[in-house]
Parts: sequence; C-alpha cells; structure tokens
Amino acid sequence: MAQMTMIQAITDAMRNELKSNEQVLVFGEDVGQNGGVFRATEGLQKEFGEDRVFDTPLAESGIGGLAIGLGLTGFRPVMEIQFFGFVFEVFDSVAAQMGRMRYRSGGVYTSPVTIRSPFGGGVKTPELHADSLEGLMYQTPGIKVVIPSTPYDAKGLLISAIRDNDPVVYLEHMKLYRSFRGEVPEEEYTIELGKADVKREGKDVSIITYGAMVHASLKAAEELEKEGISAEVIDLRTISPLDIETIMASVEKTGRAIVVQEAQKQAGIGAFVVAEINDRAILHLEAPVLRVTAPDTVFPYASAEDVWIPDHRDIVDKAKKVYNF
Amino acid sequence: MTKTIDAVQDQFETFQILSEDGEVVNESAMPNLSDEDLQELMRRMVYTRIWDQRAISLNRQGRLGFYAPVAGQEASMLGTHYALDKEDWILPGYRDIPQMVFHGFPLTQAFLWSRGHFQGGQIPEGVNVLMPQIIIGAQIIQAAGVGFGLKKQGKKNVCITYTGDGGASQGDFYEGLNFAGAYRANTIFVVQNNRFAISVPVEKQSAAKTIAQKAVAAGIEGIQVDGMDVLAVYAATQQARERAISGEGPTLIETLTYRYGPHTMAGDDPTRYRTKDLDNEWEKKDPLVRFRKFLEKKNLWSEEQENKVVEEAKEDIKAAIKKADGAPKQKVTDLIGFMFEDLPFNLREQLEEYTAKESK
Ligand SMILES: Cc1ncc(C[n+]2csc(CCOP(=O)(O)OP(=O)(O)O)c2C)c(N)n1
Ligand SMILES: [Mg+2]
Repeated sequence: MAQMTMIQAITDAMRNELKSNEQVLVFGEDVGQNGGVFRATEGLQKEFGEDRVFDTPLAESGIGGLAIGLGLTGFRPVMEIQFFGFVFEVFDSVAAQMGRMRYRSGGVYTSPVTIRSPFGGGVKTPELHADSLEGLMYQTPGIKVVIPSTPYDAKGLLISAIRDNDPVVYLEHMKLYRSFRGEVPEEEYTIELGKADVKREGKDVSIITYGAMVHASLKAAEELEKEGISAEVIDLRTISPLDIETIMASVEKTGRAIVVQEAQKQAGIGAFVVAEINDRAILHLEAPVLRVTAPDTVFPYASAEDVWIPDHRDIVDKAKKVYNF
Repeated sequence: MTKTIDAVQDQFETFQILSEDGEVVNESAMPNLSDEDLQELMRRMVYTRIWDQRAISLNRQGRLGFYAPVAGQEASMLGTHYALDKEDWILPGYRDIPQMVFHGFPLTQAFLWSRGHFQGGQIPEGVNVLMPQIIIGAQIIQAAGVGFGLKKQGKKNVCITYTGDGGASQGDFYEGLNFAGAYRANTIFVVQNNRFAISVPVEKQSAAKTIAQKAVAAGIEGIQVDGMDVLAVYAATQQARERAISGEGPTLIETLTYRYGPHTMAGDDPTRYRTKDLDNEWEKKDPLVRFRKFLEKKNLWSEEQENKVVEEAKEDIKAAIKKADGAPKQKVTDLIGFMFEDLPFNLREQLEEYTAKESK
C-alpha cells in the first residue's frame, strides 16, 4: 500500500473519479494550471484536459450556480471553494438552491454536487480562511457534510461524496493536509457516508469528535490511559447525517461521554450530539455529557490561535471531570 | 451584435501621459502639480519599493506574517491616493497597505495587522480607512454606501475603493457600480489590473476586452489608465474626484499594472503560471524608472535624494517593527471583549473561565 498525505489521498480520489466517470468535472479558482493553492488538483488538468478540470472566474456565487447548472445537464460537478470562509459568498447556491433542488421539484431534479473546501485553524491564515463553519451546514436541510481526519478516510469518503446523488460539502482541515502520512490503497474503495469510525477502543469514557480534534483526542486518550482512564475515541467522519448507532453503542458501554469540536460552542455539532444522547441514552449515563469547544468569539487573529483552539489538555480535563462526576 | 460590443470597447483606449522613457506624450493632460508634489510622488514610490523588499525579507525570517507584495504597483497605488484629500475615505483590499499608510495609518499597526494582532485593526481616530478587506469584493459595495453617506452629508469628499482584475468578477463589483450609479454616490472604484488573480490570467476572467468598459452598463464613467505611469493615474483620479464632489457621480478606473512578486508570501510560485518573458516585458514599464527619468530631465531628482529616501524607509521600518514586537501577547479575554457592547451569558461565563486560565 502507498503512504500518502491527506492531500495526496484527496487528489488520488479525484483522479480516480475523473477516470471512472466521464461526467465528473473539477473546477474552481486556481484549480487548473496552478493545481490549486494547496496543490489538491496538482496534475489533474494536464492529465484530463481543460474540458474536465478548469479555472473559473473569481466569484464563489458563480461557481455554485455553475455547478447547479452543470448538474442539471448531466454532469457531476466537483467544485472547490478556495477557503471555506468564502462560503458566505455562495451560501444561496448551497443552502437555498442545491439543498432544496430535490425537494422543490418533488424528486424530479437533483444537485449531485461535491463542494470541496479547506478550513481549520492552527495554520495562521488571514481572517475568514480557517473558521469552522460546519455548524451552518449542519443546520441546512438537504446537505451532507463530510470531514475526514486521515488520508485513508479522505480518499474513500471523497469517492463516496462524488458518487452521491445529493449535494455533499466535503471539508478538508488544513492542519491535516501534510502533517502526517498514512496507508492508502492505490485501488478505489468507498467509505459509506454517515458511518463513524471508532479510532480507539475504551471502556470508561467516550470522546466523540471529528476533524483535527480526532488527533487531539487520541493524544488525550493516551494521557488518560496513564492515569488509568480508558477512553474510546469516535471519529464521526460524516457529521451530517450523524451515525447515531455508533455513538449510542459507545455511550451505552461507557456511560460517560464528552463531545469535542474545534468550532465555537454556540449551537454546534456538539450541542446536537448531546441532545441526541440525552434523548436516547439518559438511563445509561453516569454523568452529564460535556463539551470541549472554542469560546464564542469570531475565529481569532492569527497570533491568538494557539490560546483559542482547544487542545488535548482541555480534553483530558473534561474527560476527567466526567469520569470523576 | 458584435458591432455594438466593438463600438463600446474601442472607446476604452489606455490613458497615458509619460512614455516608458519618461517622455511626456500627452502634454494637454499634464496635471497641475508643483515640483514639490512631483518629488513627493517619487519619494513615496521609492519608499514603498524599499518597504516591500524589507517586508518580504521580514516575512522570510518569520517576523511578519501575512504579506502581499506590491512592487510594480506603486504608481497605481500611490498615484490614485495622491489625488485624495485627508478627509476622503479609503476601503482597501489586502494589498493596499501603502495607500493606508500614506493616509495616516501607522506603519507599526500595518505590521501588527500582518501578524494577526487586534491592534492592527484599531484604526486611529481621524484616519478614514477601513481594515484591509480579505473577502474579495466585499469592500466594493460598501464603498458605494460610504460614498452615498458622504454625499448625503453634503461633504466635498469621496470614498475610494480598490480591487483587482479578479475582484472585478465578483457579484459585489457589479452591485457596487450599479448602486453607486443609481445614487450618484461620491465613490471612485479602482481596479488594479495586474493581469493575474493568483494564477488565473485576466483573459479567463471575462469576455470583455477591458474592465473599464464595465462602467457602461452601470451608467457611470469608466477609464483605462496606464498603471505604470504615475502622472496618468494621478490625473485620472483627480478628475474622477472632481466629478464626484460636484455631483456628477462615480467613476471606475482600471489601472494596467503588474505585480513583480508572488501573489502573497504564503507559498505562491509565479513560475507555475507566468513566463519570464512576460515579467521582463512589464519590468521595462517600471513606474519608478519611468518617473525617475522624467524628474531627472527636469533636475528634480538625484541619486542623493534617492539614497536619502532609501535610508529613511529602512529606519522607519526598523523602528516600526521594533514597536510592533512590543505589542502585548493576545489573550482570549481581549477577543471576548470585542464581541458585543454588553456580553451575553455565554461570553460572560467564558470571560471568567479564560481569565482564570490565562492568569495561570
Ligand atoms: C471571496 C474570496 N474568494 C477568494 C479569495 C482568495 N483569493 C485571495 S486573493 C485572490 C486573487 C485576487 O486577484 P485580484 O482580484 O486580481 O487581485 P490581486 O491579488 O491580483 O491584487 C483570491 C482568489 C478571497 N480572499 N476572497
Ligand atoms: Mg490581479
């Protein structure tokens, strides 16, 4: 098996889909000649031609509208929003148009669009590049949201996203792009959307998380182990739809849970997971379900990121609080 | 059909005053500038070129943070700015830091903005500039609003806003021109067409031959200017300003220019999308070289003067960086304080939590 970074796995998934389905088109700002500002589309224009992989004018709303139109004419658009902080520019296309196409037409039309976009803190970008805005997408009916945390998951999930007949927002945490390599099969494979993955088994407390926080949580689990606390780490992988079964099975086993997200606390994925656990597993709980999140400010100025983004110590603290309740 | 388009496009010839050799080719358009003004324009361009070089090296040493190089665009930036009054407003993009600084924004704060420190956004009172906009196009429609506000207040002032050739593809750009036109707002829109939006060449942005012609559909004035010719840039802006404050409405100015450096210092590699030949072609049009030739013929500029500016710029930058180094380390509690006038319960709780955490 090949060793790949997450960004290589993402490129590999797109190459696979461009090869296997003539209708797949890849486009966005700087994705052609330049291969994307992170090189996610490196070499794809050269290999598949400008008909299939192309630069767009600089307008996110334009890119979204184009994707809807191409989708209606039989294509399978894989569009890039250069940084997810620019989603506000294209929010109408995503939330009000793609997310409702199937519904408004009573199932006649669909928007089989994949929206790839980098996000995530810890890399000191200018403002509106790194914000965790998945909560906005989560509150949007009709949109699936995928956030991989490993190169292996990244490839299998992206292939599934592209093949999905409904719009999928696929968010790529910038910090994970090149921070480590993992084994990725060269052949194609899919990972079902809506399926979480237990990244570490444990019996005392469940840590439910996604994205870069998976790695902070694994680190926290190691520390907790040293103190005799066995933590289970669940990587949601797809935050919409949520894998309720995996979450409940874990919580019923451990009786204790925390939810960890890089996003602000207000109205996020964490809040929803807590509510679901509350609805379904209250009698199994030995302690309240707590959240580890960032504070409710705007995403911080670059030089304040380190103090703002939650880290493994915050996770250890919360896990102990739940454990010792 | 095509005839209409050609008829429109053909009207947009590039306005120029100085040739590449610094010869006056359009005497009747010469702006009324004193010798001191001419020298000051040169001083600002030289200062900015040195500042750009220092900023790039500070960035490479990890001492600056975000930086978008400006070399090549000095005439376009500083020529437009020189036509403004101190009370005029500037709504800049991320590359337009020189105009902000010459409008009174302290260099130290410009560096703090680069570093991602909140003090970099705290514009001093009386300096009518907004924080550099990161979202491409957002400032353009806001500039229609500021220009309309100035007009409503009966002010003889304008709002100028800057974007690039890429920015002219955003919906906000068209909305901005249209709104400003509809209200005959005191607004000047500058598109610095440096031929590339990161890697995408301007030819791929639009089927239109010029960006200036986009003014036509909005019913406002439009002009294309040689953006490497500081006198032409100044003259065009000065006229646009006159028109705006006398109630004749907004103007779109397209400056033809080039950025010599990478898009930003965050990993962009121009050799992936530009040829050396194109770089060379544009370096021959250099705004400093051209204006220096013009001034030397008039005995208004010497090596001595040039060296003095170079030294002055270096000293200023050294002092400003040193001052920026002294800025306090940012805390989450600082950030919480900037969220609302009155903090809601969640932020009050978090203020307490982080006060404890950050005092450890
Ligand atoms: C809404 C939005 N989309 C994309 C970007 C990313 N981006 C930053 S600069 C840039 C290119 C801008 O090109 P242009 O308008 O020509 O200005 P220049 O950088 O050449 O001065 C892009 C795509 C952004 N900052 N905001
Ligand atoms: Mg440009």
